[in-house]
Formats: sequence, C-alpha cells, structure tokens
Amino acid sequence: MALFTEAFLTALLAGAISAGIPLLLVGLGEQMSEKSGVLNIGIEGMMLAGAYTGFLIAWKTESMGLGFLAGAGGGMFVALFMAVLCVRLGLNQIVIGISLTLGAEGATAILHYFQFSRTYPRLPATLKWDIPFLHDIPVVGPALFGREPIVYFALFLVSVFAYLYRRTHFGLALQAAGDKPAALDSSGVDVLKVRAVAVLTTGALAGLGGAFMAIVGAGIFVPFMTHGNGFIGIVLAMLARGRPLWVLGGATLFGACLSLTTALQVAGIDIPTDVIQMLPFAAVMVVLIVLGSKANLPVSLGTAYARGER
Amino acid sequence: MTSEMAIAPDSGENERKSRLNMRDDRLHFLIITIGPVLATLVIASFILMAMGVSPLDYYGYIFQRGMLSPSGVQATLTRMGPLLLIAASLIVCFRAGIWNLGGDAQFILGAVFVAAAGPELVAILPVWLMLLLCLSIGAAAGAVWSLVPAFLRAYQGINEIITTMMMTFLGGSLANVLVKLVFLDPETTVPQTRTLAVSDRLPRLFDTTVSSGVLLGLAAVLIVHFTMNRTAFGLRLRIVGANAKAAVHAGLPVATLTVIVFSLSAGLAGLAGAVAVLGQTGNVRADWNPAYTLTIVPLVFLARFNGFATIAFVFLFSVLSIGSESAARRLGVPNYFTLVTMATLLILMAVAEMIDQRRRKRKEV
Repeated sequence: MALFTEAFLTALLAGAISAGIPLLLVGLGEQMSEKSGVLNIGIEGMMLAGAYTGFLIAWKTESMGLGFLAGAGGGMFVALFMAVLCVRLGLNQIVIGISLTLGAEGATAILHYFQFSRTYPRLPATLKWDIPFLHDIPVVGPALFGREPIVYFALFLVSVFAYLYRRTHFGLALQAAGDKPAALDSSGVDVLKVRAVAVLTTGALAGLGGAFMAIVGAGIFVPFMTHGNGFIGIVLAMLARGRPLWVLGGATLFGACLSLTTALQVAGIDIPTDVIQMLPFAAVMVVLIVLGSKANLPVSLGTAYARGER
Repeated sequence: MTSEMAIAPDSGENERKSRLNMRDDRLHFLIITIGPVLATLVIASFILMAMGVSPLDYYGYIFQRGMLSPSGVQATLTRMGPLLLIAASLIVCFRAGIWNLGGDAQFILGAVFVAAAGPELVAILPVWLMLLLCLSIGAAAGAVWSLVPAFLRAYQGINEIITTMMMTFLGGSLANVLVKLVFLDPETTVPQTRTLAVSDRLPRLFDTTVSSGVLLGLAAVLIVHFTMNRTAFGLRLRIVGANAKAAVHAGLPVATLTVIVFSLSAGLAGLAGAVAVLGQTGNVRADWNPAYTLTIVPLVFLARFNGFATIAFVFLFSVLSIGSESAARRLGVPNYFTLVTMATLLILMAVAEMIDQRRRKRKEV
C-alpha cells in the first residue's frame, strides 16, 4: 500500500513522539499528584506557565537547557500556590485547580502581549543527539534515536518513577497519603509534606512538558498554546492506575493520533482535522466500554487532610 | 471516591441553629463575599497600574458598561441565561456526588442541533411551537451525549471525570464536523449553520434586547434549588451524593438515580446551548465554543450549591465578562485580564470561606 511509505511512517512516529512527550511528562506528574491524594486540575495552568517561562528564557539566553530549567521552575511556581492553598490550608482542590488554570492562562497571555505585542518570535531549531548505530535504523532511527536530549530524559523518567513507586519508602508514603493518610500520619510521616513534595514535582514535570511544547514542538509561544494537553494528562493518569509504563503507552497512543493529521497530509490524503482529533478520545472510550473495569483511584483523592479529624 | 468529595448536607440540628443566627449569617455572608471582592479589586489595581492603566478608569468603565449603560445591562442579562442554566446543571450533579465535567460538549451539541433544526422547523410550524420543540431538542442532545458516561458510571463503576472529559473533547470536534460538513449554510463563505431570524428567536423582554432566556435560567436555578432542598426526590439524590454505599443499604435504586442525574444535568447544559442560540447568536459558527462550564464550576462551589448565591455570583461574572470585553477595545487592556481577576477572586473567596469556617469552629468549641 502506497500509504505506508518510509517518509509517512517516519513522519508519523516522529510526530507521535513530539506530541506524546509533553503528554508523557504531564501524565507522569499528574500520576504522582493523584497517588498522594491531590487531584491536580491546575496542571493545565502549570503547563502553560512552563511553556511561557521556558520559551522566554530560551529566547533570551539562547540556551535550550536553561529554557527547560526555567520551564520546570515556572510550573513549580504555579504548583507552589496549589501546595500552600490545597495541601497546607486544605482548600477545595477543584476550585483552586480551576482558578490556577484560569489565572495562568490570563497571566501568560498578558505577559506575552506586553513583551511581544502581536509578534511571535521563533526559536532556532533545537540541538539533537544522534545515538550511534541505532540512529541508522530506517524509520525508527531518525524518529526515535536522533532526538533532543529532553526526549531521552523523559523516557528515562518513566523507569525512575516505576522504581520510585515500587521500591522506595517515599513511593510507599505517596501511596499511603492517597489511600489512608491517617495511617501514614500515625506511622510518623508528615502527610502534608509528602503531598507538598508530590504537588511541586507535578508542577516541575508539567512545566517541563509545557516548555517542550514551546521550545521543541512549536518553537514559538502562543497564548493558550497547551490547548487541553494538561487535561489529557489527567485522563492518562487516571487510566494508567498508578503505573508509569501505562502513562507512556497512553501518551504514545494519543501522540500518534494527534500526529496522524500531519502524517496523512505528508501522504497526500486530506481528512478533516476535526475527525482525526476525535480519534484518541474515541479510542479511550472504546477501551473503557470494552474493558469496563474500575479506574481504581486512591481512596482519599480530592480530600484535604487535617490532623485529628475523624 | 465521589462520595467523599461531595459536601454533606447540613444535619437538622445545624439547620435549626443557623436559623436562629439568620441575621448574623446574612451579615457574615456579606463579609465573606464583599471582603474578597474588595481585596481582588486592590490586587487587580496593582496589576493594572503595572500595565500603565489607571484602575479607576478601568473599573469605572466596567461598572458603567456592565451595570449602568442600558445596552451593557441588557447584554449582561442576556448572557446570564445560558450561564444560569449551566450553573443549574452543575448543582444537580454535584449535590448528587457526580462530576459531570462534560458540560461544554453538552452545551455545544445542544446549540448545534438547535441551530440546525430551528430554520427548518420555523418554515412549517408556528414560532412558539418551534421554540418549544427546539428547547427540547437542545436538552435531548445534551442528555444523549451523557448517556455513555452515565451507564458506565452506574453499571460499571467507571469514574465519570475521565469519561465526561473524553466526551467533551469528542463532542467539541463532533460539533465542528457537523457544522462544517452536515449543517452547513450553503450561502455563506464562513462555515456556519443557517441563521434564525431575530423575530423567530426567544421573545425579548419588554422593549429591551434582553432575551427571555434569562428567565429560563433563573427558573432553572430556583427549581433545582428547591427540588434539591425541599423534595423527597432531592433528598434521595443528596443521600446518593453524600454516601452511595449507605444509599444502597437504604434501598435506593442508586444506578437508576445516577442515570437520571446525568440526564438532568446534561439536559440542562444542552438547554443552555439551545438558549444561547435561540436568544443570542441565532446560528453556530465553526470552532465556536465559549467553554463556559469550567468558569462556572468554581462559582457554584463557592455558592455552596445555594441557588440564590449562585444567581448573585453568575450576575457578577456576567458583568465582569461583558464589561471587560468592551474595555479591551476601549482601554487597550487585553481581555485576558478578566481571567486573572476571576482567578484572584475565586482563590480569595475560598480563603475567606476557610477562615470563616475555622472561626465558627472555634466559636462552637
């Protein structure tokens, strides 16, 4: 079939990874937050803040590395509000989460407007690392083994988190903070501290994901550019049931669907974008209807923990 | 998980106590509402000054435009129609412990089907019958879009936050496909549905441009408020929301009630879409998606699902959004500034409520 040419497959796979890496980062972040019992709806805002600060610093310093660091910092800055308001003060996570998303949308759009007015400066192409030998494999090579360092880092994080959740005390504490915070408290671990660390890490990861979209994905910053990716991250985290590897699988699936439009255009087939955009979501719904099992969320998800309450 | 998140209704004793303190309550409600509003104005003023805009000019303009000028008030009231219906939709499901976050798709699909059916129906039916039929079509479209999440939740126990969000993204794209490919008006170049003539829309109130949609919205919020608080049916839903397991033991048909709640909530969201088209736009353009739901969710929470407080908050939000839309054109303050103001206001309100609750607790002890 003429559709499955090398160019088409390379474009599809490369696009799937470019679109999937932000989802992977943001999904891993949300997963950690949810494990610890915090439903982080502000993640879309953290992502957008990361996209803005990441772009700004990368553009000012002309260093991609600093850009990514700044992106993680920007996400963490928004997460700091969440940690103080929802974890420390125990305010409603949905209200604060949505407020932070709205606030970050507005703030980044205004800041961008006053700095760049209506222009959208473009960053130079990012540095890529070709992995010897592997890079020469057709299709998979250029799409997967000749990528930006941050791509390898994101993939590496999957195993780091898998190890963290399965083999470490902190992983156990996270799980307990989400399932039975009172038990964790009586065993002498500070629930609020565990949750705050989780929320801040989530912010950093979401910010990194946003920075990836701005620096690697688009090369520019546009207001509202994360376009629901944070919410897809929430869905990924819920579907993955606490397993980082499942986030990777989901992110790749979503990424592939998102990049199908461009890849099909490469192959000269014109299908309305709106139809293609429905694919990943339709896929998830079908999976849910067919498998039809419980999402298995932490028991205390969404509830603030206050010491000594029943 | 939803049962833990729902706010349990006050027990009888608390209710009696609070009735005794009604006057005290009203005063303190003013304080926890007005306080955050004033604090937000102060914070937002600093941001405005940093942007080189005089806060007095800006707020004076918004106040004047959204609340004093005749055309502004009319726009504010007209916009309240769909917003109130969305608020009613959210109150129903949240009090029953169900997270219907798919309101945006239910809204837009309701709007698209009404926009498609309206111009066809008006040719063969009297206007009042067409309007009635269109309102039902909007509600039905919204309700149908929630059926899959409803059944998955009711009979498979699948978390509805995931499914309703999926259906939101799906529905948004589906609405676009419908507008661009199926219900396209062949006579325009921009993809949009055929336009309903102003005379065939919802009647306007008195001699103004205010659409009677706002009355529908007010009625919906009040009916929902009284149904949830004062009827046996509402009590059943609240029990399901407060503790689903206990509701099963009490012999309530939880699965059936869940599907009913979903249909009611999504139906109201679809109705909001219908009112937006029949009262305001007259058609649906491709890529039009105001995404009101996400901003209404926190408002409903802060109103603690109280119908009257919800109406007040929705009015405030409506003034702010209408006022700032024209301030963007007039004073050069980007429209995005409303988002920052809203976020600040919501956070401060949540903080004020927390402080107030702690104060009360200390009083009780």
